Amino acid sequence: MTSPLEQKKIKITGPSVVTANRTWDGIVVYRTPEQGWSAKLADAAIVRTSDDARALLAESVADDVGAIGAYIAPVEVRDGGAIEPGNLREQIRSAGLTIGLPVQA
Amino acid sequence: MYAYDELDRTLINERVSEFRDQVKRRLSGELTEDEFKMLRLQNGVYLQLHAYMFRVAIPYGTLSSRQLRQLAHVARRYDRGYGHFTTRQNIQFNWIKLAELPDALADLAEVGIHAMQTSGNNTRNVTSDQWAGVAPGEIEDPRIWSEILRQYTTLHPEFSFLPRKFKFAITASAHDRAAIKIHDIGLRLHKNAQGETGFEVMVGGGLGRTPFIAKTIRTFVHGSDLLSYVEAIMRVYNQYGRRDNIYKARIKILVHELGIERFAQEVEEEWQQIRDGALKLDDSVVEEIRSRFTYPAYEKLAHMPDELRKAAHDPHFEAWRRNSVFPHKVTGYAIVTLSLKPVGGPPGDATADQMDALADLADKYSFGEIRVGHEQNLALPHVARRDLPALWKALDKIGLATPNVNLVSDIIACPGLDYCSLANARSIPIAQELTRRFSNHDTANLIGRLHINISGCINACGHHHVGHIGILGVEKNGEEFYQITIGGRADENAQLGSLVGPAVPYAEVADVIEDIVEAYLALRASPDELFVDSVKRLGVEPFRERVYATR
Repeated sequence: MTSPLEQKKIKITGPSVVTANRTWDGIVVYRTPEQGWSAKLADAAIVRTSDDARALLAESVADDVGAIGAYIAPVEVRDGGAIEPGNLREQIRSAGLTIGLPVQA
Repeated sequence: MYAYDELDRTLINERVSEFRDQVKRRLSGELTEDEFKMLRLQNGVYLQLHAYMFRVAIPYGTLSSRQLRQLAHVARRYDRGYGHFTTRQNIQFNWIKLAELPDALADLAEVGIHAMQTSGNNTRNVTSDQWAGVAPGEIEDPRIWSEILRQYTTLHPEFSFLPRKFKFAITASAHDRAAIKIHDIGLRLHKNAQGETGFEVMVGGGLGRTPFIAKTIRTFVHGSDLLSYVEAIMRVYNQYGRRDNIYKARIKILVHELGIERFAQEVEEEWQQIRDGALKLDDSVVEEIRSRFTYPAYEKLAHMPDELRKAAHDPHFEAWRRNSVFPHKVTGYAIVTLSLKPVGGPPGDATADQMDALADLADKYSFGEIRVGHEQNLALPHVARRDLPALWKALDKIGLATPNVNLVSDIIACPGLDYCSLANARSIPIAQELTRRFSNHDTANLIGRLHINISGCINACGHHHVGHIGILGVEKNGEEFYQITIGGRADENAQLGSLVGPAVPYAEVADVIEDIVEAYLALRASPDELFVDSVKRLGVEPFRERVYATR
C-alpha cells in the first residue's frame, strides 16, 4: 500500500481536514489541533496550505494505533465558522447513511 | 448439509485463536496497520466508510438453521441488528468493532462458520447454484465438487498470494443460476457422449473495470482430473499473471492478452506434467465427501395436495406462489425463493429477527436448511407443497413474502456510497426508488422477467454489466451520475450489456429506467418476449431514441 505521505503531490485548493477511522472500532474521526482524534467534524484542525496539510497528515499517519487510513478531505467553512464536509462522500461519512437502517437504533 | 470433520473444526478454531492474538497485538501497537492489514483481510475484515465491515463465508450458499441463528446472534450482539447478503453468497456485517471481532469469529466457529477466503488475493469462497441438490434435471449435486474445491483451495500455500483474487463458481444444471461465466473459473457439470460425468471448464470471466465473459478452455474434464486441471490453470496464472498493475492482474486479462488458444496450450503443458500425480482424485475420496452431505428423508407426497388447491383461490397467495415457488426434483416438494427486496428496502438486507424467524421456519418446513443465492435472495430448498400456504402466511408476517422474485423490483445492488469506501455513487437509494416505482404487482407481472443490477463503482459488485438493465454509478465533477446499459445477462447465455447513452444525474435515473421499460412494453413482439430478448432482437437504438429523444 502506498503511504499517503508518499503521494508526492499533496495539494489542496481550499480548507481541508485530516480524517480517518478509529482503530479499535472503526468510527469516522478527525484530527484535532491537540494532536488527538475526535468523532466531531467541528473539532477538526483546519489546514489551508499544502504544506500544513502535509504536516497534519504526517502527524496523523504516525498515530496508527489511534486511527487508520488517514487522508486529507476538503471542507467548507461557513461564515459563522461552522465546518461542513466538502463533498458527498465526506458528507455521508460525517452525517451517516442517506438511507434508513433496516433496524432503527 | 455438509458435516465438517475434525480437521475443519480444528482449522477454524485455530484461526480464531490466531486472529485474537493478532487483534490484541494490533490494538496494543505491536503490529502496525500495514502489517495487520493483510491479516485482517484474510479474516474477511475490510475498512469501509463508517466502520469495519466483516464478510463471512457461506460456502456454496448452504446454511443450516443453527448457523442462520448464529448469524442473527452476531448481527444483534456485535453489529446493528442486520446483515447484508452479497452477490457471492456471503453475508456482510457493516458496523462491527475490531476489538469485538475475535469474539464474533469465535461465536461463528461454534457452528462451523468462518471468514476465510472472503477477501485477499487468494481463492475466494466457492459459489454454486442455490438450488444445488434439489433442482430437477441436475446432473448431480455440484456442492460435492464445490466442497472438494473448498478443501483443496483453503489455505493452499501456492495460491494464497496470487496476483489478484480468484473466484470459482459451479453449476450442474442446464440453466445457470450461479453466473459461472463471470467467474475466473466457471465449471459446468455435464455428461459427455460416452455418458461420463465431467466438467466444461471456462476461464477468464469477470466484471469490474474490464469485463469479460469466460471462454471455454476445455469441453470435458473428468471429475478425477478436476483438481489437477484447475491447478494447471492457476499455475499458469500464478506464473504469468501481472503483479505490477492491480487493474491488469486478474486472470481474465492474462487470458485476453495471451488469447484463449495460447493460454489453453500453456495449461495443457502444465497439466500433462501433473495430471497423474497426487491431485488425481480417487473415487473413494469423492465418495467420502459425498457421504458427508446429508439429504432429507423426503416423504411420498402428492403433487397437488388439498391445502394447495384451496389456497389457490386466494389471489395474494397465488401471486406469491407464481413468482416464488419452483419445481423440486422430488414430487410433492418445492423450492421456495424468499425475496430480500421489499418495496423501499435495501436489496439483500435481513434483520436478526428475520433470520431467527426464518431459521424456525426452515426447521418446521425445510428440514432445517436455507440457501443463499447470488441474486441476494434466500431460499428454502425442501418445502412440502402442502405446507406452502402456511409457509406463505408465516413469511408474510416477517416481511419475506414480497412476490417479486425475478421481476423488475428484484434488484441486485451493491452497498454503494452509503457504505463502501470504493464507491463513487450511491446504489441503495436508486434501488429503493425503483422498487417504489415498480411496486404495482400487476405492472411488474406485465413487464415479466427483468433483472436490474446496480453498482456504485466500476468494481461492479452489483454485476451491472450483466443486468438486463445495468446501472453504474460514476462521479462527474463531484456529482453522482449513472451510466445505463441494457441487454446484459448472467445465465448460460451470458453477455455484457450495451450502453444506452450518456450518463444521467441521480435525480433522473428512475425516470430513465421507467422510459426504457415503457419502450420495451411498446416494442416487444409479444407478451412472451422477455426484455432481454427484445433488446437482442432490436438492438440498443430504439431504446436510445425513446430515452434520449426528449432529454
